Formats: sequence, C-alpha cells, structure tokens
Amino acid sequence: MCTTCGCGDPEIVPVALHEKILAGNDRAAAHNREHFLEQGVLALNLMGSPGSGKTAVLEATARAASSRGWRLGAVSADLATDNDARRLERAGIPSKAITTGQACHLDADLVHRSLHGFPWQATDVFFIENVGNLVCPAIYDLGQRANVVVLSITEGEDKPLKYPVMFKAADLVLLTKCDLAPHLEVDLRAIHDAISRVMPRPQVIEVSARTGQGLDGWIDWLDQLRRSVKRPSEARAHVHDHVHDHGEGHGHDHAATARPSPAKATGKRAAPAGAARRARPTGTKASARGRAKHRRR
Amino acid sequence: MHEYSLIQSLVTRVEEEARRRGAIAVHALAVRVGELSGVDPELLRTAYETFRAGTVCERASLALTRVPASWSCPRCRRALARGAVLRCPHCDLPAELEPGSDALFLDRIEMEVP
Repeated sequence: MCTTCGCGDPEIVPVALHEKILAGNDRAAAHNREHFLEQGVLALNLMGSPGSGKTAVLEATARAASSRGWRLGAVSADLATDNDARRLERAGIPSKAITTGQACHLDADLVHRSLHGFPWQATDVFFIENVGNLVCPAIYDLGQRANVVVLSITEGEDKPLKYPVMFKAADLVLLTKCDLAPHLEVDLRAIHDAISRVMPRPQVIEVSARTGQGLDGWIDWLDQLRRSVKRPSEARAHVHDHVHDHGEGHGHDHAATARPSPAKATGKRAAPAGAARRARPTGTKASARGRAKHRRR
Repeated sequence: MHEYSLIQSLVTRVEEEARRRGAIAVHALAVRVGELSGVDPELLRTAYETFRAGTVCERASLALTRVPASWSCPRCRRALARGAVLRCPHCDLPAELEPGSDALFLDRIEMEVP
C-alpha cells in the first residue's frame, strides 16, 4: 500500500537488479565446468561458420594425436541429422549428436543433458562442436576450458571484422583449409590483421585438415592446456551426488587414486596466453543452482 | 536468433522477482545492451513484443540502453580508435574492453506491490 499518504493505492516499487540476463546459463555452465575439472577433462567449445571445417579438424586431430594416447570424445550439435557425430565415430572419436531442432546455438543446459549417458569422464580431451554459426554461440558459456574458433580461409579476409563478438570470445583461432591458399585470391596477412582488430591477444594457428599442415602446433596447444587441467588424482577424494530436474540423477565415487598421475610436464612453453587469461573461476563450491544438489565429504 | 531465448530468460527472471515480492503487476523493465553483447537491440525488442503476451510483462514497457563498445589500454587508460589493432600503441599492451561494452543486463524492474 502507498506509504506516502496512506491513500490505499498500490505502490510502484523500483527494483534495481543489475543482473546478467544469462545468469541462469552461467550457473549451469559453472556446474558443467566443475564436472569437467573434477574429472580432469579438458573441455573445449569449438565454434565457427557452417562449413568452416570444425568436423574435419576434429577428424584430423584424431589422426594427429594418435601417438599421444589421449582419449578423445565429442558431442556434436546441428539443427538436424547426426552426420557429424557419425563422421567423428568413424574417425575414432566416441561421439554423440545433439540435435537442437531450431536452436541456433548450444547452451549450458543442453550440454549438461548431453553428458548423461555419454562416457565423457573417460576422455582426456572433450570437444563440444557447437552449431555452425558465427553469431549466437559466442555469448553462451558452456563450461569449457577454452573457446576455439574455426575460420576457413575461403570465408573472406574481413570475416573477423564482421563478427567481432565471436572473435572477442575466442582463445584460439584455427585458420583452416590453408592448403587451398595457392588456389585462391586470399591474403592470409589480411586475415591475421583483421583478427588483431577484434581479438586483443590474437592466437592463430594455420592448419589444413587435408594435408596435416599446422596440426602439430594445434596438438601442442592442446597439450599445454591439458597440463593446466587438474587431474582427479591430485584432487580430494569425495563422493559426488546429484539430483537433476530432468530426473537423471547421477552419483559417482571417485577416489584420489582413481586415475594415474599425469605424465611429468616437460614442455618449456607457458600455457597459451589467451587460454590462461580467460581461465574462469573454478572454486569447489557447488553450483548455486537450486536444481542441482551436491554433497561432499 | 537467440534473442527469443534471451527474452524467455528475462521474462522468467522478472516473473520470479514479481512472485517473490508479491507484485500484482510489472510496469517497466530497463535492460542494458552493449555493442559487443552479441545482441541486436531491435531484434531483442521484437522478441519481447512477441513473447510478453500472457506473461507478467504483458503491459510492461521495455527501456533499452545501448552502450557503445570501447577498448582502452590497461596501463595508460588511453582509448583506442575504433577499428584499430587491439594493442596500445604507446604501452604495447593488449587492450581491455571498457565495462558495459559487452553488457547484457537486466538493470531495473518497476512493479506494483499491493
């Protein structure tokens, strides 16, 4: 009731919030991130235009990383079909399709749901292949350790300038289809220049999935990042129970000795600057999200 | 077109706040949209007009504040020219985004409380 004059009229109350509209997604992403970190899984969000070569890069990654002994895994999102997931399976990457229907991007909840029934815990490097789209996926945190933007040299030299939000969110740009450069009228320097105008710490690796060019650099980048992900063997042993509102609760015990210690780091290079810079807070507190209940001991 | 899912999140949040405060109506919303938020303010408005029917926001106006993007040097604080390489030419440091440049915030709700 109006407290100014006591007239009995309802009162207009201004409520100051200053809250992110995507706060709900960010909480779900923090929950995913906690899962990945607890299991020592390096999770990457792979974004880029349709046809930029996201799936081809992953197929090539499986070949290039075969000597490393990494266990790879992927969820692959498209509006329709599970073609990409099947391609990845054939390349030796256990994969699951996320069919988004009309949704133009993945959000943290969709990723969370996709983790159920998929042995992502048994992977070392887990790729989240986003919907092919250079706009919407950029603003949704999924719980990844780093964002990788796949940009093919056939897309136009000024593509980064046209989609600055995507490149601002990137930790690394994989410049793909570089084997085609001699056949195109494209100036790779112009692409690098454009990237430097939308990405404050530009990190770019030129690759070709077809010839294998540059893949060593990409594998090294992954390796550096992988070393920065804490292994469960270093983490506290605990029991972790969840209740989720989609009715697929999952509890799992993991002891401190659940997995072997990581190979001793021998790399001299520092972790990729872009990735380190964007390392998000990963405190051990459970997600504040009401629908997920965590119990620890 | 992620603007629709954003409006869905927005309306859900407003409904939650209105319920919590026992509001009988919501009169106005104020949202801040940075140039690098990844959201087109006009599309956001269109999505709002479409989506608010039948919700607590049915009669609530939506005020959108646009924030232009700007990058500056973390050391000398000088702003970079629009379209420039994102590195301070004086200090040779990577530029930082000024607060609000990528904001997508629900700033204020005006509601009627009995």
